[in-house]
Amino acid sequence: MSELKAGSNLEKVLRAGHFAFTGECGPPQGANVEHLIEKGNHLKGVVDAVNVTDNQTAVVRMSSWAASLILLEHGIEPNFQMVCRDRNRLAIQSDILGAYSMGLRNMLCLSGDHQSFGNHPESKNVYDIDSMQLIHTVKTMRDEGKFLNGSDVDVAPKFFIGAASNPFAEPFDFRVYRLAKKIDAGADFVQTQCIYNMDKFREFMKRAVDMGLHEKCYILAGVTPMKSVGMALYMSKQVPGMDVPESLIKRLRGAGKGKVAEEGIKFALEQIEEFKEMEGVAGVHLMAIEWEHKVPEIAERAGVLPRPVV
Amino acid sequence: MITGEQKPVEEIRQMIAPYKRILVLGCGSCVAECSAGGEKETAMLASALRMAARMNNEDVTIEEMTLDRQCVMQFVIQLDKVIDPYDAVLSLGCGAGVQAVAEMYPEVPIIPGLNTEFLGETKAQGEWAETCLGCGDCMLYHFGGICPLARCSKQILNGPCGGSVDGRCEVNPDIPCAWQLIIDRLDKFGGLDRLEDIYPPKDWSKKQGGGPRKIIREDQQK
Repeated sequence: MSELKAGSNLEKVLRAGHFAFTGECGPPQGANVEHLIEKGNHLKGVVDAVNVTDNQTAVVRMSSWAASLILLEHGIEPNFQMVCRDRNRLAIQSDILGAYSMGLRNMLCLSGDHQSFGNHPESKNVYDIDSMQLIHTVKTMRDEGKFLNGSDVDVAPKFFIGAASNPFAEPFDFRVYRLAKKIDAGADFVQTQCIYNMDKFREFMKRAVDMGLHEKCYILAGVTPMKSVGMALYMSKQVPGMDVPESLIKRLRGAGKGKVAEEGIKFALEQIEEFKEMEGVAGVHLMAIEWEHKVPEIAERAGVLPRPVV
Repeated sequence: MITGEQKPVEEIRQMIAPYKRILVLGCGSCVAECSAGGEKETAMLASALRMAARMNNEDVTIEEMTLDRQCVMQFVIQLDKVIDPYDAVLSLGCGAGVQAVAEMYPEVPIIPGLNTEFLGETKAQGEWAETCLGCGDCMLYHFGGICPLARCSKQILNGPCGGSVDGRCEVNPDIPCAWQLIIDRLDKFGGLDRLEDIYPPKDWSKKQGGGPRKIIREDQQK
């Protein structure tokens, strides 16, 4: 076995061939450290790493590196997210060095939700580089010890590099090629957009496997349990690039009063069962948005506990 | 062309309030093409301002004139013959025009009557769209003649992002997804292989790295 790239828990779990299980935790809209730790504690020991979002939906929150460090201090491995919206290439590279120096080992590279969706629509975005170039920047700093300008990095930051992939956006035929491009750029693992349309995802994975992408990169399938019919309708109509089939909305509606959330969890559990067997899928990324306390129950019922110690 | 839109009349009235004799100055170039500051719009705005002044019993003189180009000294100099009686100029030129007039007449207050918008094209009657950033290093060859910097909301050079639906941008369904357009166009002439490589970070020094830009053509200079 070749050397580990970063030596994070997530990398070790995947390298050992275990079915990975990652979670997500949004930092507070303030300095509410206690609440962050409380949310993190629901995930502790239940997932292999916790994605810490970076001003997600363009709403100001505690910085993702700071929230990542707080979780790390409490024994939770973060997957530090960084978006291109808010930083130019100087700030990006300096934050990469800072985050690594403070002990972070996983990093997910994203372009970031456009500021027009958030709570500071008057702001100016940066987008000096895009997510593809961010992935490549982290890889170049890690593997070649070079900054974007070609000068030497004095002690290279060794991150396990993550990327996102949306199998459902258009043009559909191009999606798998863009994933391939992200892998070429340097992605070690990929977490997909929330999956609801299983037929389309099966087709996407088939194409990814045909191209051998699963052998170059760990692909984690994104799962977000629906809490209500309203949430399903919102996801379907309001969230860009989200594909929620009518059949799922119908199924949730049919669950009856007070039972929709349980039906949403059941659907998520069925998905996880299928992902465990699906060729090319290396794990699940569970985004239980503001539902962190439910994650232990979902993990238990999904049969992914206890998490491997590697 | 450079596009612009007239500021609201109320905002303009607040800016011209201290002055008694005002010249409304149109420009016959780009802003005429986008129906914001040409001869016709200049006449209409001057008339609207005169009417508003009359209704408010304000004793002001508002007259109008349109230059062929406000951003070129040879044209601005035509004001020499007429500018003396006025104590302010309300310019309907783009930002460059306003500043060119201001530079020529340092003692006359110049008030901008337009909000200058972008470099773009006329898409249809009454519709203009941004298509160029003026980045100083044209990359249109690589992208099938469609600029992802000007036309992708996130300026992605390795798109498309995950938010394109039905060929429309996630930021606003009125915006066509630049990356859908790029892929469709490259596909038409067998150029999709241009998208195989990772496009490196843009060299922004050509746009804003050295501060305000200037073009010097020695062969054109006297």
